[in-house]
This record gives sequence, structure tokens and C-alpha cells, in this order.
Amino acid sequence: MSKSKITNEQLLSELQAKFGDAILQSSQPYGMLNVYVPADRTHEVVEFLQKSETLKMNYLTNIAGIHYPEDKGKELVVVYQLHSLVNNIRMRVKATLPIEKPEVQTITDLYSGANWMERETYDFFGIIFKGHPNLKKILNMEEQDYFPMRKEYPLEDPTREDKDNRFFGR
Amino acid sequence: MGEIVNKTKDELLRAGSSDTIQGEIATLNLGPTHPSTHGIFQNVLKVDGETILSTEQTVGYIHRAFEKLAERRTYFQITPITDRLNYCSSPLNNIGWELTVEKLAGIEVPKRVDYMRVIIMELARIADHMVCTSVIGVDAGALTGFTWIFSLREMIYELYEEVCGARLTTNIGRIGGFERDFSPAFHKKMKEFLKVFPQRFEEFDQLLSRNRIFMDRTVGVGAISAERALNYSFTGPNLRATGVDYDVRVQEPYCSYDDFEFDIPVGKDGDTYDRFMVRQEEIRQSYRIIKQAYENLPEGMYHADVPDYYLPKKEDVYNKMESLIYHFKIIYGETPIPVGEVYNSIEAANGELGFYMVSDGGRTPYRLQFRRPCFIYYQAYPEMITGATISDAVLTLSSMNVIAGELDA
Repeated sequence: MSKSKITNEQLLSELQAKFGDAILQSSQPYGMLNVYVPADRTHEVVEFLQKSETLKMNYLTNIAGIHYPEDKGKELVVVYQLHSLVNNIRMRVKATLPIEKPEVQTITDLYSGANWMERETYDFFGIIFKGHPNLKKILNMEEQDYFPMRKEYPLEDPTREDKDNRFFGR
Repeated sequence: MGEIVNKTKDELLRAGSSDTIQGEIATLNLGPTHPSTHGIFQNVLKVDGETILSTEQTVGYIHRAFEKLAERRTYFQITPITDRLNYCSSPLNNIGWELTVEKLAGIEVPKRVDYMRVIIMELARIADHMVCTSVIGVDAGALTGFTWIFSLREMIYELYEEVCGARLTTNIGRIGGFERDFSPAFHKKMKEFLKVFPQRFEEFDQLLSRNRIFMDRTVGVGAISAERALNYSFTGPNLRATGVDYDVRVQEPYCSYDDFEFDIPVGKDGDTYDRFMVRQEEIRQSYRIIKQAYENLPEGMYHADVPDYYLPKKEDVYNKMESLIYHFKIIYGETPIPVGEVYNSIEAANGELGFYMVSDGGRTPYRLQFRRPCFIYYQAYPEMITGATISDAVLTLSSMNVIAGELDA
């Protein structure tokens, strides 16, 4: 029962057959398929995976944001983790976004559960989900005008001078 | 009053004030601190008499920025953070986190560790479910079961104490196994627990599960269909109450769960009564698993042989050069960690507790996200209570088992 009914290769080839060049990059860290798609096509890809008769990736596990300040032009990454309960396989759909205009289309029309996940991602990373019915901060207060999970907000006092960062990691 | 309750929620919303008995819509704050929320979160209800027309939820009152904190902490320092997610079953969160790090680092643990973990995790599941089901009783007006069941919960907490020294925020286990083997006192208490549990639990069950008043209050209350529940990304007992048999322990077995015989109970209607019954049956199944694991506990070490991650014994630290080096390396966070991206999930008491971690090889995770089942399914609450009465809303809330710590991270 624990075995998947379809393989990562099948998943990838169906996606490539449908979207062609829009599958920008793929990898399989720790056995889970990751695909990068252009930011304006995430909705389309997630919808295809949800409605597909063979893949049945119709369960949204979570949405996460990641901030890579060094990657100019694609600082923010939005990650959708999808799961097929029937085929018992998981995958990630990712899109990179520029920090000046981090916009991606909402998937609340496909998954009701995406509502708070998108609000949380907006709250912490400032990723704007276009078409979201109620995009406002969820865990932090609404007056907060910055996005605390971005890397420019270190946990430690940045003005501290008594520590040599070479010895203390990042 | 009866006429209004029978209307569908859309009809009620369309009806407007002229069609109703009270004739005016009142705003009612349920929470942030209300006895029935069992934690701090707010629901602003629009009510017409007793009937709920709409709900606005506010969460985040005890947000503690765990994901940000985790980016400054070494891997073993994150275990205490996970205690404070679902604090009714901390050991599940702790072990889930340890499994994530072990998956990232590729650590194989001995069979004995798997079985010890299963015992602890199922004890935690029993404690969590018992609090939830007995609190449903409290909110329905039956306090007796709650006070009765706490004697069993106390036994479980004493078992935690024998393993890790703490009761609520346990920080149980280590990356690679446990800090010490089960002690003779643990074995004594465990045998006592296994002996007295079934009878005491069934006594509690008899108080509620076929109680006429309890059934009148819970059957058909706060129902949600399987399709809607899946669309809302429900997991755990709340999903299984709707009839979907998704359980991470079976679908993607971890910790040798495939060695044990147990059933996955499912409900039919997804209402408060089904959620109650699914949890009650899961408690019995957990007991079954504990019994099997405890009786077949394999011989061997209680931790993996991974000096890079597992702290050496204190007497070795003082007497052996190598142990001292490893001790310092681990405490300073100089453990080798591969670059990678990993998602690991376990079946926690409320559903699929996931850890999505991106590692850049540094001493702390580059990004760590907790997939918190409460946070995800609590957003379905307005849909489940619209058109119901306030007292039903309270019961629905307690049967969903929303834990503020897990909700707000």
C-alpha cells in the first residue's frame, strides 16, 4: 500500500507533454519531483494536475515561500506541494518571482484550503496572490508594513559588533 | 424558531431581517478568551437570535514566529520549539522533527528506536484524543468523563516523565534515538497502564458514546462532506470522520508502522458525533499498537551510532578526547548537514504534521515550514457552522480540536 502507483518520470513526462517549454527545470531531491514553471502559469499547472484523470494530484498539502536575496530578479520562490491520495505520490510546483513585483495568481478557486495558506505566505513574504478574496495579514497584525520572513530581517541585532560572523554561521 | 433552523444557509442569508423572528442581526464575539475556545482565538459571529449567519475569524494571538526562530537555531535546538505547536501531544511533534532531520542526513536508526518511538507517539495520540473527546463532553454539559479520563492522562504524563523528565513540553528523544533507554520505573508504570487502561477507558466511553442527550447534541451537528473536506486539505480524524481513509501511518509508513496490526476507523457523515467516534476508536487502535510494540520490543541500542549528531555520554566527555570534540561540535552546531530540500510528515494527533525544510548546508535550516493541520482545517469552520446555533458552534469547535499553539505557530 505504501508504493506509489505512478512514478516521478510519468508525472514529469505528462507535464512536459502538456506544457512543453513551460516546465523550466526539474529535479528530484529526496525522491520528490520538483518542477519550476513561469510565475504566470502556476494556476494553469496546478489546475491541470488537479483535474487530470491519470495523475489525480487533487490534494494541496501546503504553500510555502522562500527568500533568496542573492538571486537577482528571482528573489522569492513560491512552492506548492501537491499530493495524490489515490496514486500516493507527492510533488512540488515552484515559481520564482522578482521582489519588486512578486505577483502570482491565486488558487483559491481550485482549493478552498489555499485561502489561509496564501494569506500566510503573503503575511511573511509579501507574495501577492492576485484574485484572492481576502488577502490580508493573518498571524501578524494588519498595521505591520513589512514581511518578517524575508532574509533582510535578522533575528539578532544587526548593529552588534562584538561578534565575528565568520565563527557564527550566517 | 424551528422554522428558521430548517432553512438552508443560503435562504437564511437571502432572507434579510424582515423574515426573521428577532428582526435584527446582532454581532457576538466568541473569544478571544472564551471557555469554549480552549485557547486564544476569536470568532466574530453575526447572529440572528440563536442562528449564525456568518463568521469572521481572527487568529494569531499567540504567534511566536517559530519559522523565523528556527532559522537561527541549530537542528537539535529546534526540537523544543516543536513542543509548543500542539502542546497536547508534544512527543509527536518532537519525534516528527527528529525524523525529518534523520531523513535529511540519511540516518538509519535501530529497530528498537523505532518501536520505542511508536510507543511514545501512540501514548501521545491517546492523551491528545482523550482530552479532545472528553472536552466535547464538557461542552455538551457532561463534566464527569473529563475528570475521570484525566487519571489515565496522568499515567501517560508520568510515562513521559520516566523517559524525558518533563510532562507537557517534553523535548523527548534526540536526533538518532533517545537520550536513555526505558528505565525499570518506566516498565513498571507501563505494565500498570496496559493493565488498567481498557476498563477505565470503556467506562468513559459508556458515559458518552450511546448517551441519548449527547447524541442529540452531536449527531448531524457541524457536518462537512468528504469532497469539501478534501478541498479544504483536511487531515487526521476530522478527515476520516467524513469517510476518507487517509492516514500517513499507512500510506507512507515511517518508524516501522508496517510491522503492526491496526485498523483505520472512518466515519460517514463528518459531523461532530463522527469526529468523536473516530477519535474514540483511534484510541483503542493506539492501545493495540502500543501493546504489540511493547510486547515485541526488540533488543539493541536505544540510539543510532551517529557521533556527529548524537551527544556522547557525559562521563566520556570528561574522559575521552574524541567525545569531548564531538560534544563541542554538536553544541556549537558544527554538524555536517547535506544541502537539500526535504518534506517529511507524520500522522500527528490532528492530522498530517509536515516539516518542509530547505537546507543550504549551514548550521541552521535555511527555511523551515511547519505544515500545521489545525491552521489548515480551522478555516473551514465558518462553512461548518453557518446556519447552526451558537451552542452547536461551540461543540463543533471542540470536536475539531483546534489547538491554539498549532494554529498560530
